Amino acid sequence: MDVGYAELAIGSILISNLVLAKFLGLCPFFGVSRRTSDAVGMGLAVIFVMSIASAVTALLYRHLLLPTSPEHTNLLGALGLPVPEGGYVLVLKTISYILVIAVLVQFVEMVLRKTVPSLYRALGIYLPLITTNCAVMGMALLNTEAWRDPAGGLPVHLATFNGFCGGVGFLVAMLLMSGIRERLAERPVPKAFRDLPIAFISGGLMALAFMGFANLFGISV
Amino acid sequence: MSLLRDFTAKPVKHNPVFVLALGLCPTLAVTTTVRNGVAMAAASTAVLVCANVLVSLLRRWVPNQIRIACYIVIIAGFVTMVEIVMKAVAPPAVNEALGIFVPLIVVNCMILGRAEAFASRHGPVPSLMDGLGIGAGFLLALLAISLVREVVGAGTLWGYRLTPITAGGVTLLPKVEPVTVLGMAPGAFLVIGLLFALFRWIGNRRREAARAAAEPAVPQVASDFPKKNHRGEGGEGGGD
Repeated sequence: MDVGYAELAIGSILISNLVLAKFLGLCPFFGVSRRTSDAVGMGLAVIFVMSIASAVTALLYRHLLLPTSPEHTNLLGALGLPVPEGGYVLVLKTISYILVIAVLVQFVEMVLRKTVPSLYRALGIYLPLITTNCAVMGMALLNTEAWRDPAGGLPVHLATFNGFCGGVGFLVAMLLMSGIRERLAERPVPKAFRDLPIAFISGGLMALAFMGFANLFGISV
Repeated sequence: MSLLRDFTAKPVKHNPVFVLALGLCPTLAVTTTVRNGVAMAAASTAVLVCANVLVSLLRRWVPNQIRIACYIVIIAGFVTMVEIVMKAVAPPAVNEALGIFVPLIVVNCMILGRAEAFASRHGPVPSLMDGLGIGAGFLLALLAISLVREVVGAGTLWGYRLTPITAGGVTLLPKVEPVTVLGMAPGAFLVIGLLFALFRWIGNRRREAARAAAEPAVPQVASDFPKKNHRGEGGEGGGD
């Protein structure tokens, strides 16, 4: 269960890239990658939201959904409220995660508009799209359930870092894809393959290249 | 009649994957085998139909400003139900293969898109038919992709190994050497790209054939008769 920062970073950015190995966030990957400027804006917005969402959902998972254990206490249980034997994981996880992400996106949008207008102008139009971006929700689920220790998930600081790295991996994939598509737009592509089909095939070749990172430095994810 | 049209036109003309390019994540992630694809399509369709009907029933009471949030909560509720049912009913291997993509149905833009574009403006019965039609289209797309990936990529069908069939000296089914890469991540992108192009090519050819058939008919024959005939054929074609 001892996972280091370096292991998480290499794992999330290269070996099991969110887009190219885990099939998360494909709608923006194909929908917003026609121009590099759009792709970078979307990638940065995802890094931003995914880091915060990973932190908040990891806290939520440990202190509200899971039952009390030696490593973490359930806040509802501490307040004397009833907590079922398996906690609220099965019933409330999906609903609470999507609500947290939706609220978070709205909140980030409002804060950015008031405090950093320049950043809001750059990322603003991409923020609402992120609520239904399965990469953010997928990262939250991966952090809390699929990471080796199914009972506890990643601790909060590592989950946050993993969310950040997942976002960086998404940005890398978006950047590469938009570069390819900007060039493809000027090439004589057969009519049936224009735009989306050739983008899928390019994505496939990118995924093939990223498979070369498997087992890099002996890290298996 | 119009109810039937709410259902029949959708699997092909409004195919969520190959026409609208929605719901791509589960489409690529779970189509390693036909069984996983069918399970995913069934789960998504159940959520889509239930959410469509409930959104349609509540459409007069949901305030416009917070409608998206309401839809998401409705969808998340049904996803949780489907999750629990799947854990109880589906074989463990299927559950493991679908993994986080069952809870991720909640962010499938196909479902939120139908709630927003159709169910919030129509009655419960048309919404039900719309859900079934879009769900059937999703199933068709997943079947097409998973069939290619399982048969060519693993040499199996529904988990059974395909053995060469020869009848009377004629090879009906040759020995299939699995192309393993199709079962892995890159294969998903390649298969969907090729199928997408194939369906587009068929669509383009049919459109061109229709145009070629329509164009010479107009200047050559001045009478009204062939035009009416043509229009009648078009109507029947759309109904099918």
